[in-house]
Amino acid sequence: MPSAPQPRFLPAGDTALIVEFGDRVDWHLSALVLVLAQKLEAAKPTGVIEAVPTFRSLMVHYDPLATSHADLQRAIAALLPGLEARSIAGRRWRIPACYDPSLGLDLAEVGRRTGLSPSQVVERHSQTSQLVYMMGFLPGLPYLGDLAEAFALPRRENPRLKVPSGSVAIAMSMTVIYPQESPGGWHILARTPVPLWQMRKAPPALLAAGDQVTFAPLSLREYERMLAKAAAAELCLAPEGPQPQGRGA
Amino acid sequence: MTGALRVVAPGLMTTLQDLGRPGYQRLGVPVSGALDQLSFRAANLLVGNGPGVGALEIAYQGPTLSVDADSVRIAIAGGHAPIDILQPGGEVSRSLAPFQSGRLVGGEVLRMGALTGSAVAYLAVEGGFDIAPVLGSQSTLTRAAIGGFKGRALQAEDVLPLKQAAVAERDECILAALDLAPPKRVRIVLGPQDDHFTPAGLRTLLTSTYTVSPATDRMGMRLEGPPLEHSSRGYDIVSDGIALGAIQVPGNGLPIILLADRQTTGGYAKIATVVSADIPTLGRLAPGASIAFEAVDIAAAEAAARRLARDIAAMAANVASVRRPSDIDWKRLMAENLVSGVVSARESGEG
Repeated sequence: MPSAPQPRFLPAGDTALIVEFGDRVDWHLSALVLVLAQKLEAAKPTGVIEAVPTFRSLMVHYDPLATSHADLQRAIAALLPGLEARSIAGRRWRIPACYDPSLGLDLAEVGRRTGLSPSQVVERHSQTSQLVYMMGFLPGLPYLGDLAEAFALPRRENPRLKVPSGSVAIAMSMTVIYPQESPGGWHILARTPVPLWQMRKAPPALLAAGDQVTFAPLSLREYERMLAKAAAAELCLAPEGPQPQGRGA
Repeated sequence: MTGALRVVAPGLMTTLQDLGRPGYQRLGVPVSGALDQLSFRAANLLVGNGPGVGALEIAYQGPTLSVDADSVRIAIAGGHAPIDILQPGGEVSRSLAPFQSGRLVGGEVLRMGALTGSAVAYLAVEGGFDIAPVLGSQSTLTRAAIGGFKGRALQAEDVLPLKQAAVAERDECILAALDLAPPKRVRIVLGPQDDHFTPAGLRTLLTSTYTVSPATDRMGMRLEGPPLEHSSRGYDIVSDGIALGAIQVPGNGLPIILLADRQTTGGYAKIATVVSADIPTLGRLAPGASIAFEAVDIAAAEAAARRLARDIAAMAANVASVRRPSDIDWKRLMAENLVSGVVSARESGEG
């Protein structure tokens, strides 16, 4: 039975604070964050606007006219005793993605930096079953992990101003998929034709925290065919099934 | 009977914005909203709207809009620009001063020039635009094509439907003495990842003057100047949440201040956060402007937020009514009020 977790409270100006459980990507930390987010939602402390869970911390946005950093920190600290990591049941997805170098812009560089051939990079990346830790950065953008240690590359020193929509990119043993064109600093390995965010759907996001994802490599021709179907709103990806229960901490 | 504004020329970057779209950041949806919420609120106040009604955010260069309605009441607040009202034949019949409401009738055209004094201005219409909110907000997030008019900046020939096809003739409103001048130093609270920087890096941030880069947009203000030195902990962090005004510093050491359209989470170390009261100021800075920082504690930041809220609440008391707008010598009024303070409704002979 773990004792009450002792997170750090970090300032983020006068409209947000961070409850930090750790500084690494870790299922246990992630579960603590999600459970605290649920407790906070139920407790509804005065002045809280919304809370954003990440791998290892919870950002709480607040109205400085309705509360203060000090009052809010006290209210959150009161929720910590008895906080335990619980598993989250998600769905299993196999997402088609094309690793052709014309779309996987950094595939060759990742190969050089990891000492793997491009085909080894594709094989290892696509076959690893990855957990959706959180959504963030952009509408519908999932953070997936964990990949093998070989993929523990830092982000690019200079982020790209434009990463193409659908790009599948890695850094720090994790994967993100860009739901639309955006600036971004991750290394691009592939591109998926599957839309990750569709406003007309409820919820608009394809994936959710707790889902499991593998990638199905596509030829350039198959990618283009599926992209055309997606453009005509005829591409509908279904999950392969629910995730087996009881992913251990 | 319906009414609309038709876009003759869109300006450089004109988007519909309101007070933003909070509540969906956990799905990755940025908050968005007006960059300079002080000027945004002033524009709404002048046409008699509530504080959060969607208005056009105009960056750098104003649009030209024609009135396809019986009549519409418009006010523009923020950066100053020449604003001409053209007759259907194309002749300039009068001008509309910034920070003053005016009634335009069908067929008239509003032509706005380049902004000075601020990078942005807000054009509010009485009653607002008849555009359905997305996830509770009319704000445009162009990067994700969410909200606003078709999720994008305005283009020529767009037709913006109005909630009100006609507005009553009445006294117009004028607001003076709104201080939009940039502060000498923008206030920041250190953290959340100030421990990813060396003492020299922190000193550089607090003693240098930076220049706003042309690569600045609604997502982030990129700064040029001395790079900030990261400590051995490096520039890369495991992604966490991003507050409005967070100053993230990627590997090249150059700070980026994250603004209204900021990403919800991110993985570059954030050395400090601009206090909420100074966020509207940032929205007004154009590329080439200088910026320097001053560290304050959270209590001071919270006090500044309360002060700004009081200033915003006081704005309504500074609105004067103008029986005959054409009689007002705007330049003289501005000059006097910049010296003597604010115009009260009583002094200006209400009604």
